[in-house]
Amino acid sequence: MPLHPRVYSTEAIVLRRTDFGEADRILTLFSPAYGKLRAIAKGSRRTTSRLAGHLEPFTRTQLLLAAGRELDIVTQAEGRERLDHLRDDVWHATGAWYVAELVDRFLEDADPHPRLYARFVHTLRLLDDGASAPATSRGWLALRHFELHLLDELGYRPALHTCAGCETPLRPEENGFSAELGGALCPACSRYAQRRMSLGAFKVLRLLQMTEWDAVPRLRLASGERNEVEGILQSVLRYHLDRELKSWAFLHAPGIEGA
Amino acid sequence: MQPTVAPVAALIEEFAKLPGIGPKTAQRLTFFILRSPADQARRLAEAITRVKESIIQCSTCFNITETDPCAICSNPQRDRGAICVVEEPLDVLALEKTGVFKGLYHVLHGALSPVEGIGPRDLRIDELVARVRERAGSDDAVREVILATNPNYEGDYTVAYIAPLLAQQDMKVTRLARGLPIGGDLEYADEGTLGRALEGRREV
Repeated sequence: MPLHPRVYSTEAIVLRRTDFGEADRILTLFSPAYGKLRAIAKGSRRTTSRLAGHLEPFTRTQLLLAAGRELDIVTQAEGRERLDHLRDDVWHATGAWYVAELVDRFLEDADPHPRLYARFVHTLRLLDDGASAPATSRGWLALRHFELHLLDELGYRPALHTCAGCETPLRPEENGFSAELGGALCPACSRYAQRRMSLGAFKVLRLLQMTEWDAVPRLRLASGERNEVEGILQSVLRYHLDRELKSWAFLHAPGIEGA
Repeated sequence: MQPTVAPVAALIEEFAKLPGIGPKTAQRLTFFILRSPADQARRLAEAITRVKESIIQCSTCFNITETDPCAICSNPQRDRGAICVVEEPLDVLALEKTGVFKGLYHVLHGALSPVEGIGPRDLRIDELVARVRERAGSDDAVREVILATNPNYEGDYTVAYIAPLLAQQDMKVTRLARGLPIGGDLEYADEGTLGRALEGRREV
């Protein structure tokens, strides 16, 4: 657990917030230096609050915090980057809530992951850019890319190059997949598989796992292939979290689902 | 440590279930009631019982009321062509205090929140769309729906969801203006608020 002084400054993004007392909010923050932390923003629900506008979810904010007995206290906040396009597009905004919930659920308090923080900010920017575009395919790929690299950063990288059962190198063919066993399974081990994995889904997952975002080509997947890739990744996330993510269902809800 | 007197312990336990009340505050409230006159305690108990027994939701606007339809919905002086959509019954009180809005209300009972799992089915959104659609083409047709959700991410998210559902109807869909609060300091305003205040500036 990183120690911090009594009063400390950090950049952070609000992952979630809960109303507390008369006009306060309890914030769950993600910062590059201190990881996930909880803090209270006193009076931030009042319209005259000097903090409120800087503490909106998905706003990159520079904070001054004072260590409290149970919760740290936000004493100053200054927004550095606002992602306002997200406010007008319900699918991309749901995507942003989804990645925030992933970070919140996967990370323990005070466990810094600066690389994951940078990736989180990058993914939010991609979603914000996508919010002004008519299609959601790039945003969809950005979510899958984030899921794979979050798993990678936290030590849950699914095996996609060697069989998770017998460790033989996987060939470009239809394989199996088991979240419980830790990844893809060769045809011989596929009797242990929870699901089949088509060659198309196998290639997309490997590409996203091995490639930095800037090199990911503009893929357009058929809906069957999208569902398969999503299903595989969701099985891994659910296996490690042992719970459903609330925002996941929203991405597919009527009136929200993307094009 | 909990007192051993059962009624005292029970009251502390009930107070501690209220939002924002911790065990210490629950104890303080309980001992305040213990020391106060019996009449005051009875009035409090009666007020709590009455609020649960007599308050219902208006079947038109879903605001809390003693009668159905509520006083606002049944008032012939109100402008039936304008509906102001708010998150909570308390927002109706706040808007009524301004004395500016003379139309009707629609209370959603919350805002959409993917991380809290509050979805469209948990709010009165379908009822709003049906209410507007039902009156289309009649003398009571809605001319304007004002989406007065809170000016935060959840409020905007709710608006982004509702606005397309109302867009098919022949009427104006508006939002409350954004800008600087009276009594605030310009130097502490975030750039989003300041930007919107500049966009919505008025000639003096």
